[in-house]
Amino acid sequence: MRGRFRESELVERPPLPDPLPASGEREQKERLMASVATLPKSGAAGAQVPADAGILVVDDIVKQFDTPEGPLIAVDRVSLSVRPGEFLAVIGPSGCGKSTLFNIIGGLLDGYQGAVTVGGETVRGPHPAIGMVFQEESTFPWRTLIENVAFPLEIAGMGRKDRLNKAKKFIALVGLSGFENRYPAELSGGMRQRVAIARTLASEPKILLMDEPFASLDEQTRLLLGDKVLQIQQDLKQTTLLITHNITEAVQLADRILVMTYRPGRVKRMVEIDLPRPRSSDVVSSEAFGRYVAQIWSDLREEATRGMQDEESRTLHAAPTLPSPASRGG
Amino acid sequence: MGVAAVTRTRIFPLALGLGALAAAILSVEALIRIGVINRFIVPLPSQIVPAFERVIVEEDIVERFRLTFFEAFTAGAMITVVGVSLGFLLFRINILRQATETWVAALASAPTVLMYPLFLVIFGRSAWTIIMMGFVAGLPPVILKTIEGLAGTRRVLINVGKSFKLTGPQLFTKILFPAALPTIFVGIRLGLIFTLINVVGVEFLINFGGLGQLINDLAERYDLPGTYAAICFVILVSVCFFVLTEWIERWLRPVD
Repeated sequence: MRGRFRESELVERPPLPDPLPASGEREQKERLMASVATLPKSGAAGAQVPADAGILVVDDIVKQFDTPEGPLIAVDRVSLSVRPGEFLAVIGPSGCGKSTLFNIIGGLLDGYQGAVTVGGETVRGPHPAIGMVFQEESTFPWRTLIENVAFPLEIAGMGRKDRLNKAKKFIALVGLSGFENRYPAELSGGMRQRVAIARTLASEPKILLMDEPFASLDEQTRLLLGDKVLQIQQDLKQTTLLITHNITEAVQLADRILVMTYRPGRVKRMVEIDLPRPRSSDVVSSEAFGRYVAQIWSDLREEATRGMQDEESRTLHAAPTLPSPASRGG
Repeated sequence: MGVAAVTRTRIFPLALGLGALAAAILSVEALIRIGVINRFIVPLPSQIVPAFERVIVEEDIVERFRLTFFEAFTAGAMITVVGVSLGFLLFRINILRQATETWVAALASAPTVLMYPLFLVIFGRSAWTIIMMGFVAGLPPVILKTIEGLAGTRRVLINVGKSFKLTGPQLFTKILFPAALPTIFVGIRLGLIFTLINVVGVEFLINFGGLGQLINDLAERYDLPGTYAAICFVILVSVCFFVLTEWIERWLRPVD
C-alpha cells in the first residue's frame, strides 16, 4: 500500500497521481492541492471508526460541560481503537476536545458517557497501564533529573539503588546520559520534555499517552525530539497515542491519524500513514509526506476556519472587560 | 583572577556584606561626631563596642540570650507546625477557607501585643505567656502563605501525581508540599519576625527576663551604649533563626 492513502479503516483510497515535476513552488502547491481535491470525500464529519480489538479502545465517548452560556458538548460520540505497538495521532483544531479526550483516556476526567478500556478492562481513574506525558513542563524542579525519572519507581516502592539503576537506562534511552544530577532549571525546554517522557516510560506503561508534548518547543527541536520519540517507540514497540494540533508532527510520527471536527469534537476521518519505517525527520522532505500534510490540512482547514469564526463571534458578543478609550473620556 | 571570577566566589558576597555594615557603622560614627545625629539619642558606635563586654560580664547576657532564644524557638516551632497544618486544612476544606481566610488576614495586622494582660491572666507571669503571645502574632502569615503555596502548585504537577496513582498523603508529601515549600518558608520567616518582635516586646512589658527585660533595664538606667549592645544581641537571635530556616529549606529543597 506504499504511496497510496488509506484514509479510513473501511475505505480504500485510489492511488495519488504521479510525483509532481520539480517546477515552481506555487505551481507545485496548486497541483498538490488539486490532487488532494480529487480524493473522494468519504468518512465525513460524524463518521465513526469501529472500535476493533485494540489494546486501548475508546467507545462512543460523549463529554458535556456546563458553561455560563449553557451546556457545551466537547466530545461527541468519539470511538477509536489503538492496536498494540501502534502509533496513533489525534489531530484537530483548537477547541475540538483533544485535551478533554486526553484527560478522559488518562482517567483524569469523569462524568462522561461511553467507555474507555485497556486490554478489556474499563478505565476508572488513572490506570497503571497508561503513562501520560503532558503538554506543559511537568518535571519536578526540586528533584534532579535522575530523581525525576525514578519517581514512579519510588512510588512503586522500589529500593533506591535499584530504581536509580533502572532510571539510568531510561535516561540513556532519551539521550540524556551525563545529566543525571542536574536539576530541571539547568536544562533546556527540550531536555526537560525528554525527562518527562523518560519518567513516564520508567513506569513501563502499556500505552504512552502524550498531549502535545512538543507544543512549547521550537520547530527544529520539535523535529529532533520527534526523531527521538520515533526511535524509542520503535525500540520498545511502545503503543502510543499522541494528541496534537501539529500536522507535520502527526504525519512524521504516526501510523494512523484521527482527524477531529471543531466543536463538538467528532471523528471526521481516519488517515492511514503509509510511510516507510524506521522513520526519521528526513521523511518531511519526501513528496508523500507533503501529500499527507496537504490532505490533512484540507480536512482541517474547514474545521479551523469554523473555530476561528466561532472564537471571533464569541469575543464580539462577550461583554467588554476593559473600558474603551471613548468611555475613559480620553 | 578577573573581577567576574572574584564576584562569583563564595567569600565575595560575605565580604561585601560585612564591608557595607562596617561602612554604615563608620558613617553613623561620623554623622554623630559632626552633630547631624544627636548623641543623646544614638550613642557613638565606638562607645557601644566596649559596652558589649560590660553587658556580657555584668548583665548575665548568656542566660538572657538563652531564654529569649528558647521562647522564640518554641513559638517559632509552634507557628510552623500549627500554621502549616492549619494552612493545609484550609486549603483542603474550601468552605472553611472562605469562611476564615479574611479573619486570619485581619489577625495578621492586629496589634496582638496589647492583649498581654489577658495572656498574663491565662498563663501567669511565665515564659509561656511570652511564647503564646509570640505564637499568636506569628501564626497568621504561616497559615496564609501555606494556603498560597499549596493553591499555587501547578495543576500539571498534581496531574502527574494522579497519573502515577499517588494516594492523598503521597500527593501531599511528594508533590504539594515540596512545590509549596518556598512560599511556606516565606511565611515562616515573616512569622518568625512577628514572633521575635512580640517575644522581646512582652519581655520588655512584663519585665520577666530575657533580652527584652535587659533592654528595658538599661534604657531606664539611661545606659544608651548598653541598650544598643543588648539590641545587637536581639539581632543576633534573629540572624540565628534566619540561618537556621535557610539551612532547613536548603535541606528540604536543595535547588531554587
